[in-house]
Amino acid sequence: MSSVTIATLPREELLAPGHRMCQGCGAAIVMRHLLKALGKNVIIAHATGCVEVTTTLYPETAWRVPWVHVAFENAAAVASGIEAAIKVLKRKGVIESSKKVKVVAIGGDGGTVDIGLQALSGMLERGHNILYVLYDNEAYMNTGIQRSGATPMYAWTTTTPAGKVWRGEWRRKKDIVSIVRAHGVPYAATVNFAYITDFYTKIRKAAEIEGPTFIHAFAPCVPGWRYEPHLTVKIAKLAVQTGIWVNYEIEKGVFRVTTPVPRRLPVGEYLKLQGRFAHLTKEEIETIQRIVDEDVEYINKLAGATVIGPVERKG
Amino acid sequence: MGRKVIPLSGNHAVAYAAKAVDVDVIAAYPITPQTAVVEKLAEFVANGELDAEFIHVESEHSALSAVVGASAAGARVFTATSAQGLLLMYEIMHIASTMRLPVVMSIATRAISAPINIWCDHSDFMAASDTGWVMFMALNAQEAHDLTVAAYRIAEDPEVELPVAVGYDGFWLSHTVEPVEVLDTDEALKYAPKRYRRYVLDPERPITMGPLASPDWYFEFRVQLHEAVEKSREVILRAFDEFGRSFGRTYRPVDGYYTEDATVVLISMGSASGTALAYVEEARRSGVKVGLVNVRQFRPFPEEELYKHVERAGVVAVVDRAINSGSAFVGPLYSDVALTFFKRGFDIPVLDFVVGLGGRAVTRRDFDEITRRSLAYLGKRMRDVKQHYAFIGVRE
Repeated sequence: MSSVTIATLPREELLAPGHRMCQGCGAAIVMRHLLKALGKNVIIAHATGCVEVTTTLYPETAWRVPWVHVAFENAAAVASGIEAAIKVLKRKGVIESSKKVKVVAIGGDGGTVDIGLQALSGMLERGHNILYVLYDNEAYMNTGIQRSGATPMYAWTTTTPAGKVWRGEWRRKKDIVSIVRAHGVPYAATVNFAYITDFYTKIRKAAEIEGPTFIHAFAPCVPGWRYEPHLTVKIAKLAVQTGIWVNYEIEKGVFRVTTPVPRRLPVGEYLKLQGRFAHLTKEEIETIQRIVDEDVEYINKLAGATVIGPVERKG
Repeated sequence: MGRKVIPLSGNHAVAYAAKAVDVDVIAAYPITPQTAVVEKLAEFVANGELDAEFIHVESEHSALSAVVGASAAGARVFTATSAQGLLLMYEIMHIASTMRLPVVMSIATRAISAPINIWCDHSDFMAASDTGWVMFMALNAQEAHDLTVAAYRIAEDPEVELPVAVGYDGFWLSHTVEPVEVLDTDEALKYAPKRYRRYVLDPERPITMGPLASPDWYFEFRVQLHEAVEKSREVILRAFDEFGRSFGRTYRPVDGYYTEDATVVLISMGSASGTALAYVEEARRSGVKVGLVNVRQFRPFPEEELYKHVERAGVVAVVDRAINSGSAFVGPLYSDVALTFFKRGFDIPVLDFVVGLGGRAVTRRDFDEITRRSLAYLGKRMRDVKQHYAFIGVRE
């Protein structure tokens, strides 16, 4: 595989402009570069969600590749059917056997880690040749910012409001990649578009590997996370620099951090830009720091080295 | 290649039909009493007798979702279910029809929980009656086989492009063995040729399927579905005619027996129609002027064909195998029959007899009771009927 550089990113836009995603939408950036990385020879099965409703308002579509949406919880099952159809139709000579088509399923965090988890598990376990891409904006943004299993600790959402008793979400984010890994898939990785060459490299690798592969993409959400649209990439970058998000891959069971962070920034640098964390006290921020420290320790253990370093305290 | 008659259960008769039309993708989840149909298909694939992808899905929801995906990619698909499985598919049933995907599904009809019960009634089948699918109900194993083959021709017709469900009574038909003439692949494919066809997911011709439709467009999608279902009426008739010419068995949306001079007409669906016919023949010998209509095509509901058989009757007795509690009609088959009369201004007593829920046997004695109770209303009008429904064969 040739290495990816900024200069060699594909020029062709397969996600047409004019869609209705928000200004600064992280998921929009994920989709644009996902399609560039994949190229034209794909069929997409999409779960219900933000991206689905904002890109396909009939009679328009932003998708310049074949695309299908059926329901919320079944993108992985629909993709399984498409993949099976291509396989058998090639065998029967209806589709030319040399034709290269990659089936890609896309879902948000609700459609993947919650309601779509069963269909995803089935797809992974059966070994379909499908790339599943999760764009994670950490809540049900399409319906108006309700918490999902992927909402992080203390985040305000409309169903975990910060009040006298509740302080936002009080449970930790579900570790979906570990669940995926437990299925013994050949490849699973996390991506963050602030590290765009890493993003392209992993998408292409995941698409080229035969079998079920999984990409967990970080997707900041302007209205849901309550920040100014121009901060999307900055927030994405801070997520990695604080260790809240770790770019890694698991290839044939081998764990590797692809974006080492020798010195971490304190989590407050990431949290303070987002209105969903505006209610936090100093103690609560320290709790989040402690959770991230634990997660980083676990990551380093998996990596067998200190790839994510300690927090650099200022002054 | 010749046709052969072999002893088959209803489930196996359906499996042989799916094999005969050379389905490309099968996705199904086991549920009693449907299981044997997919077990048999798995055996066909395992032995190389059928070249298909068999997706071992983790739920019925995924079963229908997977065949919807496969159909969208151009494959000829099959799935099968019963009861709770059908209810789990319910969401996707509506989507399959409005996306105009020619999915074919068999339903070994079974009661719905609670209490959990694996035996026959039509609660599951009836729950799907508003999904925009073409729906048939087989009278015996041969019909289950034939209607499944015909389903592909109807579903894939360019004027229809709709999913089709073939019901057959759980256990009464799914597990009893009858002699069935099995169609071979050559003749089945000649009758129902594959159409690799239509709009499919293909990188060379990118299309978007299943978009969001605003109030500006949604209504039109649903009306188009309605028009396709209406259009299917004549396509079904043509498909049945052609089936008769090809294989010597001609089906109609409804069958009438002794209806020309019947005072009481029983209207029934599924295997109970067989029992009803045995009763009618017996009753005729003792001078009771009773007739029978078997409803084979439930959606779209064959009003015209049905009415022809009942317009001379004095009383009509609908035999329902499901309940819609709290509705004005109680039995779901009754609602369609009663409206068929109402729309034609025909005012005779139309009664509803709910029978055989949860696998309770429906006997000739039950039909005798239904007939006797119906005769009591002879000469009356609908407004004279104090209670239009009754439960037959239930503890007081």
